[in-house]
Amino acid sequence: MSQAPLLSVENLAFERDDSCLFSGVSFSVDPGDVLQIEGANGSGKTTLLRLLTGSLQPSAGDIRYLGQTLSACRYDYLSDMLYIGHQPAVKLNLSAEENLRWMVATSAQSNDTSITDALTQVGLAGYSDIPCYALSAGQHRRVALARLLISEARLWYLDEPFTSIDKQGVAFLQSCLQQHVADGGAVILSTHQDLALTGLRKYKLKSHAEGIV
Amino acid sequence: MSSPAARIMNSGFAAWLRRDLLLAYRRRGEVASPVVFFVMVSTLIPLGLTPEAAQLSKVAAGMIWIMALLATLLSVDGLFASDYHDGSLEQMLITPQLLPLPILGKVPAHWLTTGLPLTLVSPLLGLMLSLPGAGYLPLICSLALGTGCLSLVGAVGAALTVSLRKGGLLLSLLVMPLYMPVIIFGTATVNSAVDGLNWLPPLAILGALFAASVALCPLAAAGALRVTASN
Repeated sequence: MSQAPLLSVENLAFERDDSCLFSGVSFSVDPGDVLQIEGANGSGKTTLLRLLTGSLQPSAGDIRYLGQTLSACRYDYLSDMLYIGHQPAVKLNLSAEENLRWMVATSAQSNDTSITDALTQVGLAGYSDIPCYALSAGQHRRVALARLLISEARLWYLDEPFTSIDKQGVAFLQSCLQQHVADGGAVILSTHQDLALTGLRKYKLKSHAEGIV
Repeated sequence: MSSPAARIMNSGFAAWLRRDLLLAYRRRGEVASPVVFFVMVSTLIPLGLTPEAAQLSKVAAGMIWIMALLATLLSVDGLFASDYHDGSLEQMLITPQLLPLPILGKVPAHWLTTGLPLTLVSPLLGLMLSLPGAGYLPLICSLALGTGCLSLVGAVGAALTVSLRKGGLLLSLLVMPLYMPVIIFGTATVNSAVDGLNWLPPLAILGALFAASVALCPLAAAGALRVTASN
């Protein structure tokens, strides 16, 4: 019996204001995969990731989780998914620790890693009770990325996760992704960086504006 | 299997309530401004109309209610706006819990920081506007219930206008007609008591309006957020 892939996307298309952003997007992701979505600016990388999270509806095509359509398994799918978007969803008036606490409380599953441990690992050890408006953009991103260490979700969707992060941070995040896929997770990310990860595949998003290349 | 259900309730509702209260505590000055507005404008009424107690007492209940409505409108605008701009609204939309639960957590946080303080300072304004003695208890009761309605209905308007840059005025236009029953029965509660009539029937209708808002507004706001967030 062949197992249904963790996530499969078939012929996905998205239209906005009567113009087609992309169409015919198909790929599948299994545990252990890292899928890097490539494409020029404006080719729809963020839109594709938001379609995968279910916050946007595709104009055609199917997204299937373990062979089921998303509407059939919404709770299970969303509990097994972690999305970190362009904006890190960090509240400036809360400290890093308080931010992380509500993020973890509102997501479905979390492992035993404590919030303090996660913050130490992302390099924010001394900053846990400083309000986030006193932190830099890179540190905001690190607060959001600390969620990766606490989450139990198998599917990670990361939109430009390396933005405004320093070199050590990039190396740490890569090792974190590597660990996640080794543990049977999967990652779909959009980035312009060259990644050195095993199991890395690339999907090139062709915008309709460019024509078929 | 009550424990997973309880956990869903907890994570959807309590986490957002706690977070929004903590945020409000950090921005105390900003949160206090609707209440200050409420008090300031109410002090203008004796100056603008007349300081005569006999005339003031006739308009006192209506004026306090209108001020409470405007003060709520001022603050409900920001209910989802900052979450929309920093990306946390997007996270709220993709939590596995039912979307009305986080909204049901955010609205009480809004009420506790605007509706409740408004209710608590209202007797002071009643004194300033020479509200007759029989009107105080009905004023407090009707404001406590009514501002709850205002917060809930306002949440729907805030959800509809969250993606607009200058949504404040449109929000007022959308929400104002829905506020009419609340203000009608709110002032009716106080005025009946002042006139020596039974003030419980209008208060009961206000309670019914509140119950209907609790049931329907989170659903409506959730639907509105799904639509506006996809832009």
